[in-house]
Amino acid sequence: MCGIAGLIHRGKSSKVGFELQGMLQALKHRGEDSTGYALYGDTEGKNFIMRVKVGENVGEGSSSVAEDVSVYDERKKIVESYLSEMGAKIVKEERILPYSLRYEVQYDKKDLLEFSQKIESIPGVEILSMGKSLEVIKDLGNAKMVCDRYNLDKVIGTHAIGHARMATESGVDIKSAHPFWGYPFSDVSVVHNGQLTNYWNNRRALENKGMRFMSECDSELIAVYIAQKMREGATLEEGMKESLSGLDGVFTYFVATKDSLGMAKDTMAAKPLVLYESDDLVAMGSEEIAIRSILPQEIDTYDPFDGEVKVWQI
Amino acid sequence: MANLKNTEKKTKSQAMGMHTEVLTGRTQQKFFNPDEAENFYYFGTYDVDFNKRTDLDVKDMTAAEANKKIDGLMSEGYGTIVIKNPQGKHSLGVGILNKLNLIFEGSLGYFGMGSCDGPIVRINGRVGWSCAENLMAGKVVIEKNAGSCFGAAIRGGDLICKGSVGARTGIDMKGGTIIIGGDAGAFTGFMMQRGRIIILGDVGINLGDSMYDGTIFVGGEIGSYGSDAVDSELTKSDQDWLKRKLKVAEIGENFDVSKMKKIVAGKKLWNYDNLEPTEKKGAI
Repeated sequence: MCGIAGLIHRGKSSKVGFELQGMLQALKHRGEDSTGYALYGDTEGKNFIMRVKVGENVGEGSSSVAEDVSVYDERKKIVESYLSEMGAKIVKEERILPYSLRYEVQYDKKDLLEFSQKIESIPGVEILSMGKSLEVIKDLGNAKMVCDRYNLDKVIGTHAIGHARMATESGVDIKSAHPFWGYPFSDVSVVHNGQLTNYWNNRRALENKGMRFMSECDSELIAVYIAQKMREGATLEEGMKESLSGLDGVFTYFVATKDSLGMAKDTMAAKPLVLYESDDLVAMGSEEIAIRSILPQEIDTYDPFDGEVKVWQI
Repeated sequence: MANLKNTEKKTKSQAMGMHTEVLTGRTQQKFFNPDEAENFYYFGTYDVDFNKRTDLDVKDMTAAEANKKIDGLMSEGYGTIVIKNPQGKHSLGVGILNKLNLIFEGSLGYFGMGSCDGPIVRINGRVGWSCAENLMAGKVVIEKNAGSCFGAAIRGGDLICKGSVGARTGIDMKGGTIIIGGDAGAFTGFMMQRGRIIILGDVGINLGDSMYDGTIFVGGEIGSYGSDAVDSELTKSDQDWLKRKLKVAEIGENFDVSKMKKIVAGKKLWNYDNLEPTEKKGAI
């Protein structure tokens, strides 16, 4: 199963961390192996925010192998030395959990491919997100647990997408959890509900073009697929429309960028999505109860049709 | 309880040469005796008074608690129940095998009004996936939009959505009528076996895919036809029926039914006869 939710405020900011937590918690019956948030917070937009994991959460039903915390410390040191080597100045550093790091860095180059490849050349290290607004936070457990663990309910921003996961195709671990960063594009993230049946064919083709995969989760393909389309010059909406024929299987997915939020539904409409749209807010989720968690009053909602792609700006 | 005893008297179907096999073991050959019709009722149904009305706020109830409460109110004779604050909860109003006026002041989640037989329901909101699945009889009216699998496998009754509906509307339906005031998604009427679907707006791709029988009427554009779905002539009788049905449904009052398209099964894909379901069951 799995559940997805997303919202975008148009023309204002709000407590998107708190709101998304409510939406995802309402969907916890669709899966609570892991929960992930992609939050687009209000920042000055000068520095990059990099969320990195240097290890896995080995509790709560994890399929990962336990490592000593000293290993995480060692990886952290290497990450920081590589940042320094590449001319990225650390402005702020937080270690929320032993395996979870957050850096604000000054980095002048626009191309993040080389940067990302360097950081991820460290075994056991993965960049969860990189952007001037985006922060991807994902961990094992339901939405409330992850929100409390990372203090997400106070995050102010314009839009957010999230995912409540029931692990079916790959392991119960952070690397297989959604959202996926649209590597190596700044501020691009993806969540997906469904199953892709041409994953390996697409993955091989994209790897031949230099794109990287960090997990064996089929949903990661969407992030990489869209990122590759954008790399080739397509807009977000164009990339999403191409995905309707390029990706095989059943899916409903959301993509977010620094200033937009989009949804796409496969041509058989096999996966659910309920959508609420007004002048100042768009909220959507796998079930209406997700939207009701932030809009309890009577509202007009609808199911997007098969093969539909929509993109909204903040 | 109905007297569903074995009968020595030959039924109409037996007179036609069917139901000749002798069933053994745990299976019993039971046929409904029309003489006993007035004694027939479902287990767990109640005599209710439509003029006896009450409100039920389900805001802080689970679906199971709300459904149990509805059942309790029916047992007290309430024939009109207004549900407040359904707030998109799943599986509300399921399994009602009773005459009842049920009004929802708000939207329902998935599987609302599933497996019902008899109630008259008005939902002043939207419904999620699989609304009124397996409806046997009665009438369900949705004032706004509906999700996918609307009226899946219904066998009777009228199911009306005044807004638009998602994909696979009327999938596997075996009877009854589905009326859509707006548009419908892909695979509408997928594998339908009997009954009628009326769509006043546009409909998506693969309309009537692999339909065995039944009829689909479309007022707007058709995305594409599914396998074995073909056009048929819209007769005067069809138009009269459509007008009557739309009037009763309080929908599309001034709609010009003469321009509707009629889609039926081409009957090239299957080997299916025109037996009634009970006869079919017996024949198998």
